Amino acid sequence: MSLFPKAGGLRRSISDLVRVFNRNKTSWFGLVLLLFMVTLAVFAPWISPYDPIDQDILHRLSPASAAHWLGTDHFGRDILSRILWGARISLSVGTISVLMGMTVGTVLGILAGYKGKYWDYLIMGVMDVFMAIPTLLMGLMVVAVLGPNLVNLTIAIALTVAPRFARIARAPTLSIKNRDYIEAGRAMGFSELRIMAGHIFPNILGELIVMGSLWVATAVRIEASLSFIGLGVKPPTPTWGGMIREGFQNILSEPWVSVYPGIFILITVLAFNMLGDGLRDAIDPKLRNS
Amino acid sequence: MLKYVLKRLGMSIPILIAVLTLVFIIIRIVPGDPAMVVLGDQASAEALAALRTKMGLDVPLIEQYFTFLSGAFRGDLGTSLLSGRAVLDEVMTVLPYTVDLTIAGVLIGVVFGVPLGVLTAVYRNSVTDYIIRVFSLLGLSFPAFYSAILLIIVFSIQFNMFPVISDPDLSNYGQRFRHLVLPATNLGLIMVAYITRSTRSSMLEVLREDYVRTAKAKGVPRLVVITRHALKNALIPIVTVIGLYLGVLIGNSVLTEIVFNRPGLGKLILDALSERDYTMLQGVMVVYAFIIVIVNLITDLTYGLVDPRVKHQ
Repeated sequence: MSLFPKAGGLRRSISDLVRVFNRNKTSWFGLVLLLFMVTLAVFAPWISPYDPIDQDILHRLSPASAAHWLGTDHFGRDILSRILWGARISLSVGTISVLMGMTVGTVLGILAGYKGKYWDYLIMGVMDVFMAIPTLLMGLMVVAVLGPNLVNLTIAIALTVAPRFARIARAPTLSIKNRDYIEAGRAMGFSELRIMAGHIFPNILGELIVMGSLWVATAVRIEASLSFIGLGVKPPTPTWGGMIREGFQNILSEPWVSVYPGIFILITVLAFNMLGDGLRDAIDPKLRNS
Repeated sequence: MLKYVLKRLGMSIPILIAVLTLVFIIIRIVPGDPAMVVLGDQASAEALAALRTKMGLDVPLIEQYFTFLSGAFRGDLGTSLLSGRAVLDEVMTVLPYTVDLTIAGVLIGVVFGVPLGVLTAVYRNSVTDYIIRVFSLLGLSFPAFYSAILLIIVFSIQFNMFPVISDPDLSNYGQRFRHLVLPATNLGLIMVAYITRSTRSSMLEVLREDYVRTAKAKGVPRLVVITRHALKNALIPIVTVIGLYLGVLIGNSVLTEIVFNRPGLGKLILDALSERDYTMLQGVMVVYAFIIVIVNLITDLTYGLVDPRVKHQ
């Protein structure tokens, strides 16, 4: 079934969405976890007990206490506050990079599928080459070359995501483009752009959303990995991967500095994975077990 | 079969060239002068010019490209800016460590992943299925560097069972194994998650087939149906698992090597990054490009071997 049926108003769409969610409890659980993380990120400036970059050298590397719920790092900065602020980076890099990659990839994929012939060979050929390089290595090369900052990090991840969406968008386009109603549109003189945007795109939106959610999980993990390697946003800006990297220097004596931020990465990635997995099961019974 | 092998082999070369070209392009998009990036903006004009010559940047781009491409196929990956040694020599020194790690990781993944996948498929929607699925989803969600850190905290620091730093003497097999256990477990657990999921879906597909129903109907014992009729066919797509998850395997092995400070391609990349050794970074990427194309070729050929239908497509 389609996630967004054409007939019926907003209320109908929402009730459909609820039904899709109800069919698979995993997606509900993922959604709740995700909303929790988003809330923490959005309200970070108000709920953080301390300034995330304020140093307090006298209380460096102190374990969890009433004053610092999750302890402090090697500069005496409050770990909880840094985690809350770090959520903003992780979630925004994760979602923005996937949205960028999804947009570019979908446009290219529909174009390749609809136009066919050399468009198809050229676009998909380039996409296949991009896909041959593992996501982490691709991100690593691009950030290493362009320089580590928020924008380059987002671009690097988007580049690794785009080819996947080109693939996802191309396949259904191939089968839809020969249906009668597309033929009818063409006969009525609709422009190619109108057919692709207005008639083919809505048909693949559901699948794009499902895969988008799964890829945000990967994107959050890649962002954390690159930050851990030292290719993330520059310190002192708090990022989860960067916090683990800094804490790793004192892993023998103060392991918690690395452990706490990791839990939040895990919860966020898991939330997106559960959401995507559940939605996929619910929307497409054929894919239910893949 | 020979025709299939030759056809597939012929397809690999353009793919390899295309991937190498992409690596070349990405490394060349360094904003500004790469020599200055390496030496800093205080460097003298002579030093910059010398480095440019050394890096082969003083010739036209197209010439650089062909030098790079022919070098890649001849095994000449340039010299490391950091150590002055040939990149290929550096790679060859550490390659056994990476090979140990990845093979052990895949073995753990297959040995545990396939039975778990079968179990979840056979007992679909049971508590067992649910628990294993939750764990495999958790496995997919773990960033490899974080699981590595947790393993170190528990097994190296708390229980003192394995070394924190994995830097074995390869000729000492006892040490080689002891240093491999934790990193391989880290990589293996993640592979278990992926392989469990793909085995499950592949088994479910096969269990629905007519011949499985027929076997059941004619009274073949359940275990025989599962192993001989279903699993044997379900295993065919699992052969491609290594090709399919090669990217995951490579990415996670890089992170694992970095956390365990273990010699290997991942450590080479990390050192190249911190020293801005672009020749080394490019060289390691070329090695990865070869590994990717060759492994994909081997999985495809194996697939053709176990499933005769593939060759005729």
